[in-house]
Amino acid sequence: MNLQGKRVIALGERDGVPGPAIAACARSAGASVVLEMTHCFV
Amino acid sequence: MKLQARQPVVKGVRYFLAHTPGLVFHGSKPVREMQKDRTLRDAVRSHLRSYEDALAYPPHQVFLGALEPETLSDLARPWFRYKTDLAQRWGPFGEIMPEEEFLGLLKIVDHFRLIWIDEDFTSKIRNRLEPHPLLTDADLSQLGTGEPLSKIRAQLPPDGTALPLCLADGRVVGCIHRAHEEDSSLTPDVLLENLACKATATMALRTLLAQELTKADQIDYVIGSGEEAVGDRYQRGGGNLAKAVAEMCGCRNASGSDVKAFCCGPVHAMVMAGALVGNGIFDNTAVIGGCSLAKLGMKFQGHLKHDYPILEDVLAGVAILIGTDDGQSPVMRLDMVGRHPVGAGSAQQAIFEQLVAVPLQRHGWRIPDVEKYATELHNPEVTEPAGSGNVPLLNYRILAGLAALHNEISPTAVTEFIAQHGMPGFSPTQGHIASAVPYLGHALRRMRGGSLRNTMFLAKGSLFLGRMTQMSDGMSFILEQN
Repeated sequence: MNLQGKRVIALGERDGVPGPAIAACARSAGASVVLEMTHCFV
Repeated sequence: MKLQARQPVVKGVRYFLAHTPGLVFHGSKPVREMQKDRTLRDAVRSHLRSYEDALAYPPHQVFLGALEPETLSDLARPWFRYKTDLAQRWGPFGEIMPEEEFLGLLKIVDHFRLIWIDEDFTSKIRNRLEPHPLLTDADLSQLGTGEPLSKIRAQLPPDGTALPLCLADGRVVGCIHRAHEEDSSLTPDVLLENLACKATATMALRTLLAQELTKADQIDYVIGSGEEAVGDRYQRGGGNLAKAVAEMCGCRNASGSDVKAFCCGPVHAMVMAGALVGNGIFDNTAVIGGCSLAKLGMKFQGHLKHDYPILEDVLAGVAILIGTDDGQSPVMRLDMVGRHPVGAGSAQQAIFEQLVAVPLQRHGWRIPDVEKYATELHNPEVTEPAGSGNVPLLNYRILAGLAALHNEISPTAVTEFIAQHGMPGFSPTQGHIASAVPYLGHALRRMRGGSLRNTMFLAKGSLFLGRMTQMSDGMSFILEQN
């Protein structure tokens, strides 16, 4: 998947991959992160 | 006289459960969803469990110490199928109280006449509560004589602003008032949540003091660790529910405060309590945690979808006694505390590195040197139908992965590591209550019996939920045989 120039919404999970980690990966791939959130399901 | 450094020990822990199917309708998710779809009310009501079923439910029996956590590994799911006449209200670690009695308990801990109970119901529950070993004459007098049901109904919408208190079958038996006409921190739903916290924490601490033969006036300090917000419009989270609970438990010589750290609260509070004892400031401290009423029915949609009973129908409380070394009680290794500093980042690997690897490496320990890890212990039967996965297993996989990354286990030994050092989840999804501390009772019992040398208790906190930071949080400590 080529994220260069794409806009990304990073939805993470506390007991999985948190939002900031997804956002960091997306940014490193050239994406613009427009929303970064982490959910906790418990 | 200079304070002497001492080794703090965990002298005891007790839990309290209240089966409250009628209060499921006050849970946050049920309230919000039922406002959109009124047909859900009947669907939920038809899936509520009886007290007998909640009592027999194996995870609840594990929580109260009648079964070991590992027992659940050998029980085929769904666990709610298991019916037995052998389950006891009182387990080694505490009781599960029926709904009718808990509504009376709410009235008992209410010192501002916010709760009105129907007079006929009051008479009935007085008879039920009189034989309770932990309730006093003063408690029972607090019940009063009740109010006529017609007067209670007049307090409810559309004429009034009170919230109804109903049993599982929908019968109105009481109400709870707001405490101020213009204060959003003193609305009936907030006050109900806070009184439920006070009631569950009170019963857990009373159980602990009575069964550990510790006099209430020996407690110097009580630390609250729940996620409730006690306050008013000018100080919304003012807190110190701990001192209110200390008062209810007769801890005349105690003061207290609350530690707020989302789910991580109890472990943070235990470390602080251990430090207070360890540095000679206090001799006996209690860490308490009341329930999370807002989380009743949190996963109800998943349960309805799979035709499960509404499994989030219990309120839970915990009380932990930390004191000076008696030569027997397990020791808190305050030299092996793990924390999650701001600069660590929120990736799972970073969190576990800080909570687990850093404190262990400080003393030359490897990850497999810890016999048992107690982490987020949420009951997977509650979370999986709602698509939230098996939270303990997720955390144990990360832990095993960290051990493999450190070359302390083979990557092919992950499953074996989890079986040996982990455990199935069994705790009600009551927020901070489920974070590590549900295993404390089992750990104490096994360490005193000589079958367990050490346990790491590690908890995580979801700070991002409050929208003040994107960060997570965590805290850990090692408990060791004396």
